[in-house]
Amino acid sequence: MRRAVSLYRTSVGKKFYMAVSGFILIFFLIAHMAGNLKMYAGPEAFNHYAEWLREVGYPLLPHKSALWVMRIVLLASVGIHMLSALQLYLQSRAARPIGYRQAQDLSFSYASRTMRWGGVIIAAFVVYHLLHFTTGQAHPDFRAGDAYRNVVLGFQNWWVVGFYTLTLIMVTFHLYHGLWSAFQTIGANHPKYNPIRRPLALVLALLLFAGFMSVPVGVQTGLLSLQSSIAEKEAGVFHGAPIHEGGE
Amino acid sequence: MEFTLHVWRQSGPAAPGRFETLSVKDISEHMSFLEMLDLVNERLIAEGKEPIAFDHDCREGICGTCGLMINGVPHGPLGLTTACQLHMRHLKGAKEIWVEPWRARAFPVIKDLVVDRSALDRIIQAGGYISVRTGSAPEANSIPVKKIDADMAMDAAICIGCGACVAACPNGSAMLFTAAKVSHLGLLPQGQPERFDRVLSMVEAHDREGFGNCTNHGACQNACPKGISVDFIARLNRDLVKAALTYKPYEITAV
Ligand code: HEM
Ligand code: FES
Repeated sequence: MRRAVSLYRTSVGKKFYMAVSGFILIFFLIAHMAGNLKMYAGPEAFNHYAEWLREVGYPLLPHKSALWVMRIVLLASVGIHMLSALQLYLQSRAARPIGYRQAQDLSFSYASRTMRWGGVIIAAFVVYHLLHFTTGQAHPDFRAGDAYRNVVLGFQNWWVVGFYTLTLIMVTFHLYHGLWSAFQTIGANHPKYNPIRRPLALVLALLLFAGFMSVPVGVQTGLLSLQSSIAEKEAGVFHGAPIHEGGE
Repeated sequence: MEFTLHVWRQSGPAAPGRFETLSVKDISEHMSFLEMLDLVNERLIAEGKEPIAFDHDCREGICGTCGLMINGVPHGPLGLTTACQLHMRHLKGAKEIWVEPWRARAFPVIKDLVVDRSALDRIIQAGGYISVRTGSAPEANSIPVKKIDADMAMDAAICIGCGACVAACPNGSAMLFTAAKVSHLGLLPQGQPERFDRVLSMVEAHDREGFGNCTNHGACQNACPKGISVDFIARLNRDLVKAALTYKPYEITAV
């Protein structure tokens, strides 16, 4: 613990924590995106998946315990990521009190210049996103337990889709620079593998963009709709997963 | 050649600075950039004005003393070239030329274009040394060094400490410099005893001097007149994390 703290005291150490928390968030995004694709399997499958998230580990572990472990890990990652980003930003801002009259950008990629304000947009989106689909306060007609319906109704609003798209563009930039940068930060460099770090970051960033975008695009084009779910409802099929607690 | 020169003038460290605009004529394109400044200075002196202060020494691209931001690029537009090796023909067609000092909190302006770069010296002092056996020089082949390590150490050792990496970095970080110095010694067998102390002390000195944090923009590598690679920064990061998490400093025992 003492060593972990003394590592964080250095600028390079803060960056290391940022990279490790970034990796955790990337794994989360990959899993989240894969889960969202379940929307295409229909309301039953998607709602079942949403319910399963609350039940992972049961009956070995109590209800929702795995979910809470995940939430705590994610929250800690976001906290460390943002705290180190802020501290390093302040350090760097103080390092050049007087700027240049003429300065050309010699950076490897434009994406590296978007990390800070892009990160703020992502953070704002995450708050909104939780109020929208998890707790429901920002949703026009939220029904706990019917995640499929909440998503379809949510994405029928074009400006919701607009904000979602903007955020995903920022995430794509963030990861195109971020994944490559994180390899640098943790010192994962070797002449043999260096040439694949950029392409890997690009492919991952684009895959996540395509996967996440496909859901709102599916709703807007009518590929994903309540039609089937209504038809089935008339036939007496109930899609809402059993509700354990309000607002979850 | 004929152009408008905008040059930063500042009479002392505490004085407020400003850009001075000079209209410059009759410049041969075969002059070096510094020779152009020399000529401009002679003309200023003839007019009874204060010449422009700028740093220079070897004028052959090896000492790292010259350092000017020329049209927004450290050492000017020609890659892998120091300002002293830049020639006016490389700026052909430029109607306006802006010359600014390196900008960083750790590099205070002394006068005009001259900045104090002793912060880099203090980073070196913090760990840029090895324990050596004193006495006569050892036999050349007594310490074998792998070819790849020798090559990489040379690629790092080529750093002339000019500060272009700091000047170019959007974060005002000196990490390329620090990484080159850490790697240069850390790659060689002679540099092993202090390897982990070195990286810890030099990064600590880097932060203490008020440089910014590297976010891997890569501008430093593109600005470096010696083409030092950001791969060395990754290497420094790896050494620093290893040092901070696992390294046990030598116990100093009384004899
Ligand atoms: C979807 C969630 C996010 C993921 C997957 C993610 C991932 C990453 C990764 C992998 C890095 C590279 C770390 C390194 O260079 O070593 C990074 C850097 C960074 N992140 Fe995030 N991040 C996320 C959210 C955020 C948020 C919410 C903020 C801030 C409000 C933020 C701000 C930053 C900043 C400022 C950097 C450093 C930029 C740089 O290296 O130039 N990120 N992120
Ligand atoms: S004056 Fe020595 S490198 Fe330019």
